[in-house]
Amino acid sequence: MDAEERIVSALIKAIRKLPDDVETLILEAAESEEGRGGALALDAIVRNIGCAARTGLPLCQDTGMFWCLASIGRGSKVSIGALEELIASACMRAAREGYYRKSVVSDPIYSRENTRTNLPPVISYECVDGDGVALSFLLKGFGSENCSSVRMLNPTAGEDGVVSAVVDMMEKAGGKPCPPVFLGVGVGGTMDRAAFLSKKAFFSSEGNHHLESRILSAVNELGIGAGGLGGNHTALAVSVLSAPTHIAGLPVALTVNCWADRKCTIRISEEEL
Amino acid sequence: MRRLVLPYEEEALESIESGEGVILSGVLYVGRDQVHKRLSSIISEGGPLPFDFSGNGIYYMGPSPAPPGFPLGAAGPTTSMRMDPFSPLLISKGLRLMVGKGPRSKAVQDAIREYKGLYLQAYGGCGALYSSCIRKAETIAYPELGPEALLRLEIEDFPAFCMIDSRGRLYNG
Repeated sequence: MDAEERIVSALIKAIRKLPDDVETLILEAAESEEGRGGALALDAIVRNIGCAARTGLPLCQDTGMFWCLASIGRGSKVSIGALEELIASACMRAAREGYYRKSVVSDPIYSRENTRTNLPPVISYECVDGDGVALSFLLKGFGSENCSSVRMLNPTAGEDGVVSAVVDMMEKAGGKPCPPVFLGVGVGGTMDRAAFLSKKAFFSSEGNHHLESRILSAVNELGIGAGGLGGNHTALAVSVLSAPTHIAGLPVALTVNCWADRKCTIRISEEEL
Repeated sequence: MRRLVLPYEEEALESIESGEGVILSGVLYVGRDQVHKRLSSIISEGGPLPFDFSGNGIYYMGPSPAPPGFPLGAAGPTTSMRMDPFSPLLISKGLRLMVGKGPRSKAVQDAIREYKGLYLQAYGGCGALYSSCIRKAETIAYPELGPEALLRLEIEDFPAFCMIDSRGRLYNG
């Protein structure tokens, strides 16, 4: 299978089947939920996961907007132009062959005309050690993305400030982002860097585990619960990434993913490029 | 768990209380943002409605495309709040049953109380599950809206949860 085939097949699988660790967290939540409403919502979610696996239908009709991080090895000789073309072509094929809903409009304010291809993808590029390229995709649904946000905190706000900013954003989100949610938190950099890190965080396990577990407990204390129907599972996981920032600031960005935390990573060797 | 057969009988709607699980079967219409805008214009201009509001409900949903052999693709609820500016007018004209997800405005809650309506939440993100509850889907108006067209569904054992009952009582955990 060539690189494009592998990307297409990973993207089609991603809208039907959750990553194993995500599915495990959902099943554990369903077994231990104490809220009556939340338990009903989790029961529907578990049945939905089974249904998507049996039928091959998408887990959710909002199959999202393609978000892609291209991590390019510093030793790679890949042409960025060719890589961009490969990503766009694979996204277009996955949307068509996988029966994605066409959910992207070309002009955000005026015509809002559907591109009918789910293109363009939102692509970011970064350099990493080694050869080859890794493509990390989020299929970003907008019920949850509409609850994502950036706050520019006071530089002295510290850990408590970061935790309460995230809790406040989640309190405002309530049941809207289809909880139980998965949270990506970006801290530091500039406003846009923090926002980028909040999405990259979904692919990282190197974050600040102490801060992640503080945020997870604090968000779950809100009691929003699955489907917003009350319960002890509002968020199932939190990933934090941080970066150097300015003496005068502490940017904090939150990306909210719904329970259908759909993502995939495809590694492409130097020979395939 | 309560059962509600659609089109509904008057007393059936009023017997459901907020916080109850509800299983729907029968006929359910589908419309989201653009359909709401159009229905509101029709009402203001006094034109004929594309379906009879009496006894019928509307589901806020925009499906993914149907693969071969399926009546529809994934078919879970969309956020109800975006219909809030239009709902009080539609409720006052007899569209008393709504199915979507998430909170509603105070104005919608008041209209539900005044006209003895019902707001049910379907479980967000459960597109494959809801697709499996749909026996038949046909476009009855606005095919040009693509995934936002007005549909008539025949459903069976469609799970939902009562968020606002006919007395205007809100479920809050």
